[in-house]
Amino acid sequence: MRYMLLIHQGTTPTPGSDAWERLSEDEKGAVYGAYKALNETPGFTSGVQMQPPETATTVRVQDGRTLTTDGPFAELKEAIGGYCFFEADDLDAAIELASRIPAASMGGGIEVRPLVEW
Amino acid sequence: MVAILEQTFRDEWGRVLAALIGFLGDFDLAEEAAQEAFATAAERWPRDGVPTNPGVWLVTTARNRGIDRIRRDRTLAAKTRLLEVPEAAEDPMDATTFPDERLELIFTCCHPALATDAQVALTLRTLGGLTTGEIARAFLVGEPTMAQRLVRAKRKIKAAGIPFRVPPDHLLPDRLAAVLAVVYLIFNAGYSVPPTRRDLVAEALRLGRALAELMPDEPEVHGLLAMMLLHDARCAARFRDGDLVLLADQDSALWDTAQIADGRTVLDRALALHGRGAGGVYVIQAAIASLHADEPRDWPQIAALYGELARLTDSPVVELTRAVAVAEERGPEVGLEIVDRLTLDDYHYLHSTRGELLRRVGRTADARDAYHRALALVRDDAERRLLERRLAELDT
Repeated sequence: MRYMLLIHQGTTPTPGSDAWERLSEDEKGAVYGAYKALNETPGFTSGVQMQPPETATTVRVQDGRTLTTDGPFAELKEAIGGYCFFEADDLDAAIELASRIPAASMGGGIEVRPLVEW
Repeated sequence: MVAILEQTFRDEWGRVLAALIGFLGDFDLAEEAAQEAFATAAERWPRDGVPTNPGVWLVTTARNRGIDRIRRDRTLAAKTRLLEVPEAAEDPMDATTFPDERLELIFTCCHPALATDAQVALTLRTLGGLTTGEIARAFLVGEPTMAQRLVRAKRKIKAAGIPFRVPPDHLLPDRLAAVLAVVYLIFNAGYSVPPTRRDLVAEALRLGRALAELMPDEPEVHGLLAMMLLHDARCAARFRDGDLVLLADQDSALWDTAQIADGRTVLDRALALHGRGAGGVYVIQAAIASLHADEPRDWPQIAALYGELARLTDSPVVELTRAVAVAEERGPEVGLEIVDRLTLDDYHYLHSTRGELLRRVGRTADARDAYHRALALVRDDAERRLLERRLAELDT
């Protein structure tokens, strides 16, 4: 089965933010270490890096007119901060991997979505 | 004959369906095939006699139906596990046994990726063989709502890849707790609502016994079964003319002594498995229920067990129950001290317990206020009448 893991950052500090700078070197190291371990996990494919949700533009088309609004579709704090893919035998394996994504234990949550198989 | 058939169907449904899901890898297909096999049995058995091994007959017949179904639908065949499986036995009488996959099934139904109400419904449907209508009535929702809930749950199991297996050791404690919670929910749904819904209680006991048989080394499994047996043994004494009777006022002649003995045997097994350590939440509650079946009560021991349970669960509701036991052991003043430390303002049992303890220390006016607060919060009619009686007794 293929799963897409959508990373909702929540209040997770992300590199570049003030909250991130307040983390100790050990804490920062643990985040990088966790990502390194994820990247080395068979079946894991990382997504491309996204700029923070503040940079998002949401586009809707109504009556043929394109409407743009500043910001993500969801509330800012509920916006997706990143994503990755995982090829696994079953949901338990995907849940285990999701629990190792730093955001899951730092104030965010990971949405595990099975992908349609063709 | 009809009664025998119904009994056989009830006994075999869960095991037959579990084996079919394991084999066919698809809930809907397995359910359909099982239903067809049971219908065929209902038609043939009265005429030809019940086969020596009804379960094997049902599984083989259903499996062949399932295979036929898949052959008719090639695209589906490409997606199921069937391709890896050899031809089904043509003669059902050849086989004497089939794998018992009820554990795999219950762990799948109670997977934490499913909502609790869906876990409960799915467990009752697949392992208990209750119809959608029966489950809907038990949980006071419309049949279409319940049907929708079951469809969604089964769809999620398939689409999200929830595994059909007993979880590995590192996941087992959490997952087993979820399974036991579902069985307990079913028991409570039947037990707590007056008049007691015997069908749900019986179903919970059946599930509890099956789990105890399938996981003989898990103390909490035996603890839950013992607790349910011991509580249910007092069910005939719990209501008098539709009114709730508190444990202290129950006529113990109405208790089912055989079932109490049965519950205690199961509890002994749980305690033996636990060794010297403190029990888990179900083992402790079973031990408390067992002590409650003794006259006179060993209140110090009961209070100590509630203390242990409060420590394990960190639950103010348990602490409230401990206060009742402590009041019996060391007097109502000491019980009141515990009650007054709790922040459970919206919980009617807090106020009814306070009312009772205040009455015992002679603070009648305060007791009346407490009972009024409880009455404002209570929803169940039988409990309301009990509170009104208590309030009326204050004035006499």
